Amino acid sequence: MDFTPLWDWFRWLHGATGIKLTIFYDSFDRWRFFNGFLTSVRLQAICLVLSVAVGVVGAWLQGARARPLRWAVQGYIQIFRNTPPLVQLYFFYFALGYYLSVEGEAGLRTALIGNFTWAVICLSLYAGAFNVEIFRAGIEAVPKETVEAAEALGYSRLRAYVFIVLPLAFRISLPALNNNLVNLVKTTTISYAIAVPEMLYVANQIWSDEVNVPEMMNVLLVIYVSLVGVVVYAMNKWERALRVPGYVS
Amino acid sequence: MRRGVPNRAELPVLLPFRLAAPAERPPAFAPSLSWGLALAAVFALSVGAAEAQSGAGQPAILATIWKWAPLLAQGFALNIAISFLAMAIGTALGAPLGLCQISLLPPVRAGSWFVTQFFRNSPWLVLLFYCMLLLPFEVSVAGHIVPIPGWLKSTIGLSLPVMANVSELVRGAVRSIPYGQWEAADALAFSRRQILWMIILPQCVKRMTPPWMNLYAILTVATPLTSVVGVSEAMTLTRDALASEARSELLVPMYSLLLVAFFVYCYPISRATAALEKRFAVK
Repeated sequence: MDFTPLWDWFRWLHGATGIKLTIFYDSFDRWRFFNGFLTSVRLQAICLVLSVAVGVVGAWLQGARARPLRWAVQGYIQIFRNTPPLVQLYFFYFALGYYLSVEGEAGLRTALIGNFTWAVICLSLYAGAFNVEIFRAGIEAVPKETVEAAEALGYSRLRAYVFIVLPLAFRISLPALNNNLVNLVKTTTISYAIAVPEMLYVANQIWSDEVNVPEMMNVLLVIYVSLVGVVVYAMNKWERALRVPGYVS
Repeated sequence: MRRGVPNRAELPVLLPFRLAAPAERPPAFAPSLSWGLALAAVFALSVGAAEAQSGAGQPAILATIWKWAPLLAQGFALNIAISFLAMAIGTALGAPLGLCQISLLPPVRAGSWFVTQFFRNSPWLVLLFYCMLLLPFEVSVAGHIVPIPGWLKSTIGLSLPVMANVSELVRGAVRSIPYGQWEAADALAFSRRQILWMIILPQCVKRMTPPWMNLYAILTVATPLTSVVGVSEAMTLTRDALASEARSELLVPMYSLLLVAFFVYCYPISRATAALEKRFAVK
């Protein structure tokens, strides 16, 4: 497809009204903004999946018999929930990242884990801490009789969790999960602070070069609101698709 | 499985007896206190490890941290001040906005709904940049030029998402009051304004308190974001201190000290929120 007329229209818009959207008609800005957008979406997608995985595993561990294990999960939740995500990110990237780096030639240190990966780790753990609590609430809402019935049918604890409790708990947790995942999508912007080239970072570069702060800010807001809209829409669809007819928690 | 009282049974036989105060509160506190201790232990351990790493002739790690402590405490105080102010502004703007969302006039309802959703769905950091870069750095009031400092602009930036969240809280709380309350008040010839002010909202305040406190905790942990836009709060000052010391073994102790500071401030709030939620829970 040839977009040239569209790009030309934005060039004309700049001439006619002064609205300077270089991300459309300047090929270099377009290229880097698009890459920033892709990086953001990739970061968000990976973190969404990982944080849900952390939540599922954490909720399972919280029901474990071993008390130290339960305490460890509880400690993880409380520490990640009650401290600023930005400080966590700095702690991981600058403090832990320093020890996970090797000294190369000329005394320069090369990090073993890149900033994108650190952002993924930190954000997944941060959102995961909230997800554990959300799933735990869902698990508590599953009637005890259902679990007992599964036990009577010879399910082990793990199998009852995977096949009986989790599918029900998941449905109960979806509205709260929805909320938290929207928050996660918004929180990915903090990876700006460790120079992950995501949308906000790239937009900052562009408005520094082109001096079009208001335009870029509005573009960012519109894109983020639509990204969140997509997540909410998808989650609502999913919620409806997963609904068990007649099951009211 | 640790579960609440199984009062889901519909049969009126032997309904479990329940005391007013939930019995599990004291044991819940014991492990929770130990999390604070665990974090403090991480800090102490990192100090010890850093001490072992630091070369001979350098000042002790604890002494170095102690030297910077007053400055960092000042920064942290700014964090708290920003959180208070942003919460106050956000609540003052958000409560009327939430009431507009239940207005009988469709344009008011739609407009306030849009504003709420827009600010709720945009990232805090983007809103911060928005306010930081697009608000003027000084305004002239009656001939006087009043400068607007960066921290004030970022406070306004943080109060926007708070406003939207408070607006949703108010709307949700009003919705959660059983409709019979409206009808009963209507039957007693209360006007709509009277119903709202004298019957519905007083009940909402109680329901809104726990989520409102939760929002405050979220806001507090969001205040370090202002360091990204150049406000000299605890995060910025920690980085400055680290830069001027230029000792890599200080990284972990300093950052964990900051984590501990926020934890010590936020954890009691989240405990109190959970306790209130439990107390106000309607079974």
